[in-house]
Amino acid sequence: MLSHIVLISFVFFLKFAVEGSMNSTSTHFVPPRRVGIYEPLHQFGMWGETFKNNIGNGGDMNTPSHIIIPNNQKLDNNNLSEDTSNGTGGTPHMFDQEASTSRHPDKIQRRLAQNREAARKSRLRKKAYVQQLETSRLKLIHLEQELDRARQQGFYVGNGIDTNSLSFSEPMNPGIAAFEMEYGHWIQEQNKQICELRTVLQGQVSDVELRLLVENGMKHYFDLFRMKSAAAKADVFFVMSGMWRTSAERFFLWIGGFRPSDLLKVLLPHFDVMTDQQILDVCNLRQSCQQAEDALSQGMEKLQHTLADCVAGGRLGEGSYIPQVNSAMERLEALVSFVNQADHLRHETLQQMHRILTTRQAARGLLALGEYFQRLRALSSSWATRHRELT
Amino acid sequence: MHFTNSNHTKQNKHRPIKAKSLIHKTNIDIMDKVMRMSSEKGVVIFTKSSCCLCYTVQILFRDLRVQPTIHEIDNDPDCREIEKALLRIGCSTAVPAVFVGGKLVGSTNEVMSLHLSGSLVPLIKPYQSLLYQAN
Repeated sequence: MLSHIVLISFVFFLKFAVEGSMNSTSTHFVPPRRVGIYEPLHQFGMWGETFKNNIGNGGDMNTPSHIIIPNNQKLDNNNLSEDTSNGTGGTPHMFDQEASTSRHPDKIQRRLAQNREAARKSRLRKKAYVQQLETSRLKLIHLEQELDRARQQGFYVGNGIDTNSLSFSEPMNPGIAAFEMEYGHWIQEQNKQICELRTVLQGQVSDVELRLLVENGMKHYFDLFRMKSAAAKADVFFVMSGMWRTSAERFFLWIGGFRPSDLLKVLLPHFDVMTDQQILDVCNLRQSCQQAEDALSQGMEKLQHTLADCVAGGRLGEGSYIPQVNSAMERLEALVSFVNQADHLRHETLQQMHRILTTRQAARGLLALGEYFQRLRALSSSWATRHRELT
Repeated sequence: MHFTNSNHTKQNKHRPIKAKSLIHKTNIDIMDKVMRMSSEKGVVIFTKSSCCLCYTVQILFRDLRVQPTIHEIDNDPDCREIEKALLRIGCSTAVPAVFVGGKLVGSTNEVMSLHLSGSLVPLIKPYQSLLYQAN
């Protein structure tokens, strides 16, 4: 350990020596000398944290092998000088060699020394960089674990970062960043409401209280549609991609959200007792919902066709400039209205179900729907974890 | 949209009265035109060829076994004026503008809401064709 420290201080001293000679006009060279244990300490401060870390690690530096005294002549010189400054100390500390050797070999010596120094510095830098990478990697693994844990609890964790990949989403615009944050809160609130519904429906609850819970649940969904509308204005592709949702939810994506007909499919088995009128109404709702959905889907297809035509307009093979870029942009603007229409459809479907069902049935419906999406989110995180275990 | 007396009595030589009445006349003309087009029997839809939501609405009516009269206004020289008139009548977006039996139903939003609430089919029932029993 002591030898290490001596070696290290030797290295530092050499560095200052060379720097000193580089700063001054003459080709002086400070001879190495044995220094005590304490000397290197105040030299550390000038080197920054990275080297401190390295020393702190027990001196695992490879550099000792590179302490080469460039010229044996220097060793013999007993002109001890303390160069505790960063080399700008100036002439009194420098050893004049011009008397002993000619200029030429001196320059070569100096160049060699500089090379060695540069190489050593570069090695040290590389070491520091690798160290930083290691720390970052550990931090990242830790963060991914936290994300996983949060996901398993059903909370939304966002930016569409999969726990397997290290890909990061592109810099978001503020509208989208705000939406993601709001959506995180929305999910938390949603989980709370579902919990409350579950507890309340297991026991006795007054119709008034239940109606209030149902109203809140409905309003919560309508809030989401409002948020999505604002987000679509900020970046419609973001909403369309469903990147703000978990992977399993994304699988079922239809124009930026869930399919209204899917909603009905999920809910209907949960209503055990329905009047004839209710059954008829629900049947009609299913049919009209499906028809509206189909019409919107076909409209979307037409939009895709016209956009493709626009982009491929003119002759391909003549450059990347879209001849009718303005009309292509107009097509993309139309996407916003499609997203809004799809959300409107979801809104209306929920509204109609609320109208058809009794309060208690509506409460059960909201609970079923909420749990369905919770399960989808849980499935996403299970899938992500499973995938990681395999690698 | 009515003429005020001040235009005639004040004898304002600086303001070309003729031009102003011409503008008025054009507005009335357009409104008349729109009224005429929308009063045609059955379901009438004002559309634009570039509008894909218009296409959506057309598909929906087709699925409901209705053959609407389509007025593609981007080919009409008065296209802009017609759009303004439609908005003035009360349509949320100028196109698609859906009229049933001469009365304004609305745009995509209104049509979808009506359909999901079950109120659209009774409205268009007299105009549904019996040619095919498609769902």
